Amino acid sequence: MDKLIAQTPCDGLLPLTIGAVSVTEVAPGAIHAVSAFQGQAKSLSEAMKAAHGMVLPAPNRAAGKSGARAVWFGPGQVMLIGPTPDPSLSAHAAVVDQSDAWAVVRLEGDGAEDVLARLVPVDLRPQHFKRGHTARTLLFHMNASITRVGEKAFQIMVFRSMAKSLVHDLKRAMEGVAARR
Amino acid sequence: MRITCPYCGERDRREFYYRGAAVDLDRPAPDAGPDAWDDFVYLRDNPAGETRDLWYHEGGCGAWIVVTRNTLTHEISATEPASGGKR
Repeated sequence: MDKLIAQTPCDGLLPLTIGAVSVTEVAPGAIHAVSAFQGQAKSLSEAMKAAHGMVLPAPNRAAGKSGARAVWFGPGQVMLIGPTPDPSLSAHAAVVDQSDAWAVVRLEGDGAEDVLARLVPVDLRPQHFKRGHTARTLLFHMNASITRVGEKAFQIMVFRSMAKSLVHDLKRAMEGVAARR
Repeated sequence: MRITCPYCGERDRREFYYRGAAVDLDRPAPDAGPDAWDDFVYLRDNPAGETRDLWYHEGGCGAWIVVTRNTLTHEISATEPASGGKR
């Protein structure tokens, strides 16, 4: 057991560029689920602001920037991505380490929306889904978290065990979009 | 079919899992007696009209949702979190 080699979820699968769209793996840092205790969302938000410079994001929203993000993940749950959570958060919330449990990729380029339109049953065009918006939805058959992190860039998270399927499905959709250009 | 999640907004039906009638939310007391428990566990209405169902936003935010819909017209008149207040 001492010969195990640490690998990222998409090791050997990415990067990938087809047409004008590319997918790269993101090294997210630590990933922690932060769920406020009953009635403590406000105090948790203040603790987050003090410790990490981000308030608790509202439903369907994400805060922060590359290297330190807080992404809404469901009712009462926010995923803190990047920094190690400050111990002060534990007074107001259940903090659960989920580092290494998620495959995190960045889809970027002209037509990134067209690629996702083939896979995701949510309208992700910029007039509806702006920077800082996030959605828990399906990517083909996978539960995913999709966040717009730039004008032409999305962060996509799926369970680590789904990394190969994620890359496969994105690749098929990217090929389809590129073929019609 | 589209269902409006109280958190995520209007979403495609494929994101949701159907649980059944929303009677689960009205669990009888442990000592309510065999009739109440028989009713709770086994007996279901089959209304032609308005019904309340539990749906799970499985392919989304993971919320349990009470959906009020009409079995005759398929119209969905209300959706609310099964937990009551929003979190």
